[in-house]
Amino acid sequence: MSRIAKRFTDLAKANKSAFVPFVTAGDPDADFTAALMAKLPGIGADLIELGVPFSDPMADGPAIQASSQRALAAGMSLAKVLELVRRFRKVDNRTPLVLMGYFNPIHAFGTARFVKEAAEAGVDGLIVVDLPPEEDEALRLPAAAQGIDIVRLATPTTSDARLPKVLQGAGGFLYYVSIAGVTGTKSFSEDEVRAAVARLKSASGLPVAVGFGIKTAENAAFIAKCADGAVVGSAIVEKIAAGGNVNDTLDFCSELASAVHSARG
Amino acid sequence: MPENLVNSYRLGPDADGHFGAYGGRYVAETLMPLILDLERAYGEAKTDPQYHAELDGLLKHYVGRPSQLYYAERLTEHLGGAKIYLKREDLNHTGAHKINNCLGQVLLALRMGKTRLIAETGAGQHGVATATVAARFNLPCVVYMGEIDMERQKPNVFRMRLLGAEVRGVKSGSKVLKDAMNEALRDWVANVKDTFYIIGTAAGPHPYPMMVRDFQSVIGNETKAQILEREGRLPDLVAACVGGGSNAIGMFHPFLDDPSVEIHGVEAAGEGVDTPHHAASLTKGAPGVLHGQRSYLLQDRDGQITEAYSISAGLDYPGIGPEHSWLKDMGRVQYFPVTDKQALDAFMTLSKLEGIIPALESSHAVAHVMRIAGDMPKDKIIVLCLSGRGDKDVFSVAKVLGEKI
Repeated sequence: MSRIAKRFTDLAKANKSAFVPFVTAGDPDADFTAALMAKLPGIGADLIELGVPFSDPMADGPAIQASSQRALAAGMSLAKVLELVRRFRKVDNRTPLVLMGYFNPIHAFGTARFVKEAAEAGVDGLIVVDLPPEEDEALRLPAAAQGIDIVRLATPTTSDARLPKVLQGAGGFLYYVSIAGVTGTKSFSEDEVRAAVARLKSASGLPVAVGFGIKTAENAAFIAKCADGAVVGSAIVEKIAAGGNVNDTLDFCSELASAVHSARG
Repeated sequence: MPENLVNSYRLGPDADGHFGAYGGRYVAETLMPLILDLERAYGEAKTDPQYHAELDGLLKHYVGRPSQLYYAERLTEHLGGAKIYLKREDLNHTGAHKINNCLGQVLLALRMGKTRLIAETGAGQHGVATATVAARFNLPCVVYMGEIDMERQKPNVFRMRLLGAEVRGVKSGSKVLKDAMNEALRDWVANVKDTFYIIGTAAGPHPYPMMVRDFQSVIGNETKAQILEREGRLPDLVAACVGGGSNAIGMFHPFLDDPSVEIHGVEAAGEGVDTPHHAASLTKGAPGVLHGQRSYLLQDRDGQITEAYSISAGLDYPGIGPEHSWLKDMGRVQYFPVTDKQALDAFMTLSKLEGIIPALESSHAVAHVMRIAGDMPKDKIIVLCLSGRGDKDVFSVAKVLGEKI
């Protein structure tokens, strides 16, 4: 069983939802990210999403755009992201790690070479925002051969007619984008998210994590009640942008983790 | 696919929007249903005679089409070689070819029941054209424009506002065209129900490259009929500038299957293709994925998009429409770089010899023709797409020349 599947299975047995923090690799520098990642599992991160910075992140709002720019300015690259994964795997071999980003850095790296090195480094899944099911075969098939899941996104615009297309080939878990918008901007509607998660769960056997509009512990607790995971990105990245050190960031993540883990009583 | 197996260069894209290895639909899932809807709506409109009748009526009475094919007698004499004709897209309402596409797309927006328009703009020509159709059809309109471009193209910013559009300055990234496109995509993702995104060039996710090409093909189709009437034969060479490449693909596409017609696209070489300051994505870029498509891109070894540079804001884009990438690889179209300095010389020369002030974008194509026409025999014919007029550029040209106006 993959690290992702095992983690969600264990959490389901304990009737808990997963807390999934997102941080941009290399923001503000590689050592900061490495230190943060090493301590995240200890404060309750069930799965880590590591953002691969890209110069033109068109699905991201201002917070993650700025964090990507800081990371690139500090010299982050896809090769160095894999280096961060290797560092993390030296201290943690159980927490699933998912890379999230855009296709061009992978394309430039060479898709086949990338999935091979990513698997060796210990990457469990990939979320490539600008690779819809129609275009992801070139990455999905070699990734599958290396045991890496392609995590698909479903959104408020994904109709019932389109959903099978999204589910076919989906691996790891489904990522439900709770708002029609870019990361860290709008707030989600609780009723809509509850209905959407129920719809995804009935259509697929995969766990469903929700992200894009979760800003507070209260938001995260709501998501934890109805979904298998709550992803928080922009709110964490904003703490780092505001000058928070590793411990400040961990404190905030710890609050979020408690909210997620205690949500179901 | 080897060249000798191709029966036609005009069959693309395939059902998924690919021109060979280029094009496609590289967008976030939120946008996928929207571009699939758009593709469906465009497919229906394309076969609807009423849609075409309305578009043709507007192109004739509102834009002033057909645009003239003008024999540039003094430029021809000055260069001493091939006969040069100018396809006068600069004479269109709003001063450039951009309006051809905007009218096609706004009629589609209305058919789809959309009530709000957004657009990106570099030089401001597409922004002005979008603001114009928004005013004409009474739709609210937001135009995204990089802050650096706003500074370079103040007259167009004012024109857009005069037409009732809201111009939103883009501070992210390098504050130019590519960043405006990112911001427009972000707006679209956040306003999926009511908003129609009018992309200004033959780039972006399928069906935009195909759709924009179809709307701009009026340029090449008219040119073909006009040159046959004037000269009784096809030209030996057609040339156009390429940024994203919409005027060029519109001019080229109708000629792709005429083997006697040589086709040249002209890229912005800025300060030179061997400097870091240029926008020559075909000459110096490598295939990659940006803004919904796979195409040649200016990027570093890590796949980060690098900043494009050109004196002309309309060519200052690190990518290019996917059909151009395919045509380059197939060898059907050749692409040449032209520097800022060469473009400026051409800008001055055409102004003085023909009394026509060309847009800085179009000046790149003029410069290329000036470079080659003299070496061609006098019985050869060149058609050059004069994609826009240069009124918008007089301030930035004066600045380069060190003159205050």
